[in-house]
Amino acid sequence: MWTFLHKLGSPRHFYRISGGMLPWLAWTTALLMAAGLYGGLVLAPPDYQQGESYRIIFIHVPSAWMSLFVYVIMAAAGAVGLVWRIKLADVMAAASAPLGASFTFLALVTGSLWGKPMWGTYWVWDARLTSELVLLFLYFGVMGLHAAIEDKRTASRAAAVLALVGVVNIPIIHYSVEWWSTLHQGPTVTKFDAPSIHLSMLVPLLLMALAFKLYYVTVLLMRARSEVLERERSSAWVRELARGT
Amino acid sequence: MDALREFFHMGGYAFYVWSAYGVALVVLVANVVVPMMRARDLRARLARQARLERSP
Repeated sequence: MWTFLHKLGSPRHFYRISGGMLPWLAWTTALLMAAGLYGGLVLAPPDYQQGESYRIIFIHVPSAWMSLFVYVIMAAAGAVGLVWRIKLADVMAAASAPLGASFTFLALVTGSLWGKPMWGTYWVWDARLTSELVLLFLYFGVMGLHAAIEDKRTASRAAAVLALVGVVNIPIIHYSVEWWSTLHQGPTVTKFDAPSIHLSMLVPLLLMALAFKLYYVTVLLMRARSEVLERERSSAWVRELARGT
Repeated sequence: MDALREFFHMGGYAFYVWSAYGVALVVLVANVVVPMMRARDLRARLARQARLERSP
């Protein structure tokens, strides 16, 4: 196991192994997403209070979950890069930022499109929405640092520090609906007792959540592979690869 | 046919539901296409460099 991890940590082996994994990941993602969409848009019945509008949940909730998940991964990878100087961790952190920003953006926009018919407004400055918006700006900050600083090592270090400081925002987002009174409804699935959602809605929701997670892994690997080639372009194995094509 | 129209009508919430799904589609597809284009450009650049080095 450790030798495998060690090998995976070397850019060359990462490039080879991830190349073999990508098609499988992409197809599994597509299948899960198709199943989740069919279950969510066609099979699941309308909600007894919200009618058909609740169907936004199948993209809103997975996006919101991923916006937090990707941030934690990005901060953790940044910390690993900061402490152990592992190049691949820096690459993963850098490649996560635009994906996390995308999920956060989707969570905000789909939530807004859900809020208008249900709450009567697209936007309200309450704790959940505001802290999620702060998350988007944290992602933008990390992306900005990577774009602005020429030296990749310095950029990664600066971005990792920002990401680690921003971690305080994660529990704030998660518990905001319990700590402050808010328009946003409380948690539906991640409650300690049984989830307050019917199985015909829960199954497609979990399928979509899994699909979003695999989508993240797929695109993360795609981005990381390019980043690895770019950073290692003067090494022997990349030259060899370039001659072969 | 009616069932299909009803499906796209979304109980009167068509604008909100389909806008949400439309935005999600655009963002998810863009996140795949952009890295693919970047990877292709990068590979072309590396191959060009390799050719230049071989024929001085």
